[in-house]
Amino acid sequence: MTLSLNVQDIALKKGHKLLVSNVNLTATSGDAISLTGANGVGKTTFLRCLAGFTPPHRGSIQLVENDSQLDGVSIIENYSHYLGHAEALNPARRVDQELQFHCDYLGGTDLSLREAIARLRLGALLDLETRMLSAGQRKRVSLARLLMVPRPIWLLDEVLSPLDIAHRALMVDIMQAHLSGGGIMVCAVHDPLPFDTRALHLTRPSLEEIGNA
Amino acid sequence: MLKASLALLKRDIGLSWSRGGGPILAVGFYLTLMAMIPLSLGPETQVLARVAPGLTWLSLALASLLSLERLFERDYEDGLFDILRGGKLPLEAIALIKCLAQWIGTGLILALLTPMVMIILGAPVEAAGLSLVAAVLGSLSFALIGGVGASLSLGSRKGGVLIALLVLPFYVPPVIFGAGLMQAYLTGAPITQALGLLGAYSLFALALCPIATGAALRSALN
Amino acid sequence: MISWLANPERFSRIFTPIRPYVGVAAALMFMWGLYLCFASPEDYQQGDTVRIMYMHVPAAWMAMAVYLIMGIASFFGLIWRHSLADVAAKAAAPIGAAFTALSLLTGSLWGRPMWGTWWEWDGRMTSVLVLFLFYIGYMALHAAIEDETRAAKSTAILAMIGLVNLPVIKFSVDWWNTLHQGASVVRADGPSIAPDMLWPLLVMALAFKLLFVWLWLLRIDTELMARRYRALRARLSFAEEGN
Repeated sequence: MTLSLNVQDIALKKGHKLLVSNVNLTATSGDAISLTGANGVGKTTFLRCLAGFTPPHRGSIQLVENDSQLDGVSIIENYSHYLGHAEALNPARRVDQELQFHCDYLGGTDLSLREAIARLRLGALLDLETRMLSAGQRKRVSLARLLMVPRPIWLLDEVLSPLDIAHRALMVDIMQAHLSGGGIMVCAVHDPLPFDTRALHLTRPSLEEIGNA
Repeated sequence: MLKASLALLKRDIGLSWSRGGGPILAVGFYLTLMAMIPLSLGPETQVLARVAPGLTWLSLALASLLSLERLFERDYEDGLFDILRGGKLPLEAIALIKCLAQWIGTGLILALLTPMVMIILGAPVEAAGLSLVAAVLGSLSFALIGGVGASLSLGSRKGGVLIALLVLPFYVPPVIFGAGLMQAYLTGAPITQALGLLGAYSLFALALCPIATGAALRSALN
Repeated sequence: MISWLANPERFSRIFTPIRPYVGVAAALMFMWGLYLCFASPEDYQQGDTVRIMYMHVPAAWMAMAVYLIMGIASFFGLIWRHSLADVAAKAAAPIGAAFTALSLLTGSLWGRPMWGTWWEWDGRMTSVLVLFLFYIGYMALHAAIEDETRAAKSTAILAMIGLVNLPVIKFSVDWWNTLHQGASVVRADGPSIAPDMLWPLLVMALAFKLLFVWLWLLRIDTELMARRYRALRARLSFAEEGN
């Protein structure tokens, strides 16, 4: 199965402010895209738009599976994981409760849950309340759903930043395994990823483009 | 989808018990209001018996407002909705489930206390069953309408008071029907009309509120 | 037609020149209406007090009509995403609230000599009071959300649920009123209206409508200008920071 994500001539707005315009991207199975750009240029908004959380101001996002175009499919519900800055962990709940909830809600199995816990080395954290975790540990807990529920497109917003060196290496392994398994990854980054990626650099629109929007 | 719904329902009911005392806060508020009523009106049994149904319903409505502020706020700030939208449930269903969890975690408990509160304020014991049924229906509509208010005021910094201002006018019909039902029962008038109207309003809220809440959540999340 | 007018620039171009005429027409109608009010005969039961009705009834009509307009504008704003519809709904709210307050105030002034009380908890007054609370809630929600697009959407949802709920609330209040019958008040809906009282009422009603349209157009235009100014300012600072 090959999958391809086609972004055509997207423009994004935040309120009345034009963030970026004329963004094009084609990513097929095995592609890793690193998304770069200055603060506030719209990297997060772009990822959220790919996930389908916010409609683009202009342009289209299409998903093609084995040469047939998938119309009217919600990308986030079926094909992708979006991991933002917020880990969505309730401070009053334990790690195992939150993981079980993510797994049940998104349609994972108990086996996949156990495998994800083992792979991300979360075993020791399971009976802690999430408020007791460090930033890196929280990030690892939230990463578990990438493994629990297999979906081809990963939309990741700066996921490596809070991790320590050992876990960064682990996560890079996981990413590479995902890509060699035919996955697609779009990752907003400040530091370049330690493997081959294609870069997509977002820049502010010119005054002319702002005027036309 | 059923598995996802149950998982969310279970999580939210669990949270309503653990976060900040949960129903204890609403129950405490309800009982405090009950204690304040004779203290402000005087302890004459006749006066109290006459105002008991109305004031109980008012207290129930006010106590139902309490935990609404946190119904979506916490999950909104934590980014949980990013995960919730990654599942198969539409936002309308998510809204409905969260409101039901709010009802089970708070409103239903207040409803269970309502017969006791009415009896302490001087209503006859025979009215207990009817007041329970009415309070269950009423608190359901309070939770559903409350969800609309909570979702509309998401992200504004005046949460609590704003929700009360938005929601209370919509609490007018259930309060009227609920208190009127008890009034009718106590004066020996037929009760079917009031009970029917109360039930109809709850069904109306059940049909309409999740749609409005879902739309408000969508607008808040975009 | 609606889509064509929904362009803010076009709207301003067409209605800004018309606006002063609407204002003048409202003023003339008010002068004529007030003259008729005082020229019309006294009511054989109510005496001079009946003249309050020439203010009260049109204000009460407008209180309801403006909410309906707000609801319809919100519907257009929500479904077809016309930003002008959002502006129109937002602009109508304070005017509607003012008409509602005026009708409550004049009702109270009329009730004092007629019913012997400033406030009577009858079904009609109670419903109008709830309507006033709706307006307050609408404006409070608009003020509480900073992001304009979001505020427009949220208030539109509120206005529409309000519109659906108003008949239900009206019904419940009427039901409550019959439940608590026993007030010994002479009801306001007395004998059918005489022609020399109908004329001042109709002229005043028209004057109120013109006043509303004038104020509404004024507020829409002001809001559009404020938005243009904000967008321009954002664009300028954006241009300075970037590129």
